[in-house]
Amino acid sequence: MPKTHNRFFTSFLIGAAMLVSSSVQADVESTDPIILTLHDWTGQYITTTIMGRVLQEMGYNVKYQQADYLAQFAGLESGDLHVAMEMWETTGKDAMEKSLATGNTVDLGETGMQAIEEWWYPIYMKDKCPGLPDWNALNDCADVFSTAETAPSGRYLGGPVTWGGYDDERVEALELNYEVVHAGTDAALFAELESAYQRKAPWLGWVYTPHWAPIKFEGEFVEFPRYSDECYTDKSVGVNPDMAYDCGKPRGWIKKVGWKGGEEKWSCAYNAIRAFTIDNQAMGTMVGEVDLDGKSVEDVVEGWLNANKDTWTSWTQCS
Amino acid sequence: MKEPLVMRMPGFWPTGSYRALCVWIIFLAGSMLVAGFGEHWSWAVNFPRDWTVPLRYWISDFMEWLTKDLDFGLFTFKEMTRSITWLLEWPLMFASGLLVSGFSFSSDPNAEVVLHPLPWIALIGLSMILGHWVRDWKLALLTGTCMAYLAIFGRWESAMITLSAISIAVPLGILGGLLIGILAHRKAGFARTIEPVLDLMQTTPVFAYLVPVLFLFGFGPVAAMIATMIYATPPMVRVTMLALSRVPAESIECGLMQGCTRRQLLWKVMIPSATPGLMIGINQVIMLSLNMVIIASMIGAGGLGFDVLSSLKRLAIGSGLEAGIAITLLAIVLDRLSQSFARRGPGMRKRKGGLFIHRHLHLTVAIVLLVGTWFISTYLPFARAYPESWTITTSGFWEDLVRWINVSYFDQLEAFKNFLLLNILIPVKRFMLATPWVVVVAFVMLLGYRLGGWKLALLTVCLTLLIAFTGGWKKGMITVYLCGISVVFASLIGIPIGIWAAHSERGHRIVQVCIDTLQTLPSFVYLIPVVMLFRVGDFAAMLAIVAYAIAPAIRYTDHGMRQVPTQLVEAAKIFGCTRGQILRKVKLPIALPEIMLGINQTIMMALSMLVITALVGTRDLGQEVYIALTKADTGRGLVAGISVAAIAIICDRLIKAWVAKRRTALGIDGN
Repeated sequence: MPKTHNRFFTSFLIGAAMLVSSSVQADVESTDPIILTLHDWTGQYITTTIMGRVLQEMGYNVKYQQADYLAQFAGLESGDLHVAMEMWETTGKDAMEKSLATGNTVDLGETGMQAIEEWWYPIYMKDKCPGLPDWNALNDCADVFSTAETAPSGRYLGGPVTWGGYDDERVEALELNYEVVHAGTDAALFAELESAYQRKAPWLGWVYTPHWAPIKFEGEFVEFPRYSDECYTDKSVGVNPDMAYDCGKPRGWIKKVGWKGGEEKWSCAYNAIRAFTIDNQAMGTMVGEVDLDGKSVEDVVEGWLNANKDTWTSWTQCS
Repeated sequence: MKEPLVMRMPGFWPTGSYRALCVWIIFLAGSMLVAGFGEHWSWAVNFPRDWTVPLRYWISDFMEWLTKDLDFGLFTFKEMTRSITWLLEWPLMFASGLLVSGFSFSSDPNAEVVLHPLPWIALIGLSMILGHWVRDWKLALLTGTCMAYLAIFGRWESAMITLSAISIAVPLGILGGLLIGILAHRKAGFARTIEPVLDLMQTTPVFAYLVPVLFLFGFGPVAAMIATMIYATPPMVRVTMLALSRVPAESIECGLMQGCTRRQLLWKVMIPSATPGLMIGINQVIMLSLNMVIIASMIGAGGLGFDVLSSLKRLAIGSGLEAGIAITLLAIVLDRLSQSFARRGPGMRKRKGGLFIHRHLHLTVAIVLLVGTWFISTYLPFARAYPESWTITTSGFWEDLVRWINVSYFDQLEAFKNFLLLNILIPVKRFMLATPWVVVVAFVMLLGYRLGGWKLALLTVCLTLLIAFTGGWKKGMITVYLCGISVVFASLIGIPIGIWAAHSERGHRIVQVCIDTLQTLPSFVYLIPVVMLFRVGDFAAMLAIVAYAIAPAIRYTDHGMRQVPTQLVEAAKIFGCTRGQILRKVKLPIALPEIMLGINQTIMMALSMLVITALVGTRDLGQEVYIALTKADTGRGLVAGISVAAIAIICDRLIKAWVAKRRTALGIDGN
């Protein structure tokens, strides 16, 4: 048995050696493909494709690999995957910090986009519940938002348990007469919204942006007391003097993360990735073009590249 | 007067009904006692948190050690697994080069493709030639239509990515399963050790071992392929063991008399005569591998699975359905071809005499087709890749259909849902959660003892305690509730359908098609419409489980009813039984063991759907597995996965013990 393993291992070494030797040709540090991860939402697809196209313009080889948003850290740490373009403070912060602590991944800075996550309702609900978007109106309308299972409380569809968000705590701290139901996935969450929107039926749930949903469906975020760090940590701060979480959710950065080893291997590329920024507005427009107008991601990205040549060429200046 | 009657009729409890009654009365009294003194004996009602064994952390630490520290001197454990990945990448690269990307013969990924992949026309043609070669024109037409669907609906490239992964994983799974099965057949000791391992491989949800597989084999198609093989190989092993043990002793003796060596005996006598049995295993490997396509796409396999997932994330129901059907059709093509191939008698294979063309007509046509289309495709782009403007889609129709149902019938559906939810689901859930854990353990033990003696009782109790002590009790009970209710509904719907199918040939054929589709169509495809119509929650999850798990209930009932000896039915007719009486008093009792095996399979499939239903927000062990996956927590996922497997094994053993007893009582030979 050990002998076969040895043979596997030698062939493994030879293979690795072949890969290394074949990689000195272009004017970039290494022509080994830089592997960018793709997740399952359009916005991330677009940011990743923009970055990939820019890196290609610089002469690098680029490969895209589908990977789970959180499970990808295993790959980023081992160097199977190299760059993840969107890590949201609101959902991925813990996993990212845990991964950075291993020393095998590196923080590649913010993307310039701002994540907003909050309770959200379709615009037609304003007729049924005139006090909105102020959160104080929620309790008056609990019966409007209730279903047979939750009555007499209202029903709020939260994100998957893994997203965190402290909604159960928020309901308690703000004394909201609502029951938090957790959707298992993003898809289930928006399937319910779509269904309710078709029927113009009441719906209250967790929506975030940049995302296609607030573009496709007209609606508003509920206005809770503004978030502050103290509100989450200090019980005495906020509307309820005895409890924490008596405010809205934080708005957060969206960062890029990379495999540590890539820093040396493709230093210029990593600089370009660090320099990448885009704002919510531009992103929202592109997401809308893809998801609502049915254009392909590649076409939309190509359009952006042509229109913003100065922006992205500035990223490619190696320092 | 009543007593002897009870003794003669094989009752639900096979022996001594009075003693059994006493035992159950004592059990009931005990449970009430525990429930009544709940306040004082809180440890007996809710499982105490500090009794929990931190198994999940041990597993996580072990995994960490395995991937980071284990070193064999010359190379580390991780390097070993990674070299396996590297090795498996070669056939995969070849297959995807042939079907998807073509070959460039250069290490530079941007180099121009020198050898184009197989053109779509060639593959459709090839599948038809294959269909005709293994059977007839009808099969050729079927395979051709299925493959044409892939092109016409714009799924060609994704389908080829999936096909290239499948075309490596399936043969490897079959070969591996066959070899392990042969070894187990030869060495009884090995068979005994491998049995529980196979149980675990089949019942642990795939999501549970996805994280360790990722750690060891890296991100990408190879990891997905290995996960597929873990899931799809066990039936092949089992089938091999069974098929080899059923080879007639005369054949073996005959082989021995001819002076066969051991190797010759195996490959020339036993394997050929076991082929029909082995084909069931091959069919299972293909079906299960295609089942895995969606999950594999989550860890980088891409292909049709990714199409389904990404469409449904965008709520593009129609396009998700089209991609899902593509998976089903691919399964049908592979299944029908392999089935027919096995059924071809050895005599059909050779046509003697004449020119090469006459002897190998199919081969010649295939070669001409390949060379011709390959040549054309270098010059004409439309032959290389199916032009996008030629594709059609029905997705708008499906979206409008769901919208129409949603807008016009939501209130009725909601009323129906609320009725079931408030009257059945919620009360049962409350009851399950309120039952003291000690009572459940005692109940499982008694059941095990009554059905299979002390050994079975010991096994079931150990497995139940495993769930309790690893901290999964509450979620375990929700699992039992959700699966239990789903299985009851699946049986209530499935058994009558099975009975109908057994009495009508046409019904049988219709049902077969429906079952095959339900089993290979990815459940994601109907999960999203179900959520749209029934909202997130237990009810939507239950519907999805029932839809997926109903197939074996129908299939086994159909099979069991058909196996009722005709003499018995004739005898009943002579006695003047009505049709209803024949069904109730003769056919159903005799078919019951078979039906129970079907329900057993239904339970297994319901449990395997758990993780998928976690996606619509259930709070059971499936959710635990899913959370562990998203957090890349090996220990947490495996512990929850093993708890699911424990529930499955308990149900399986209890039902099989009951079936065995019942069969002896009825005087039917068990298999």
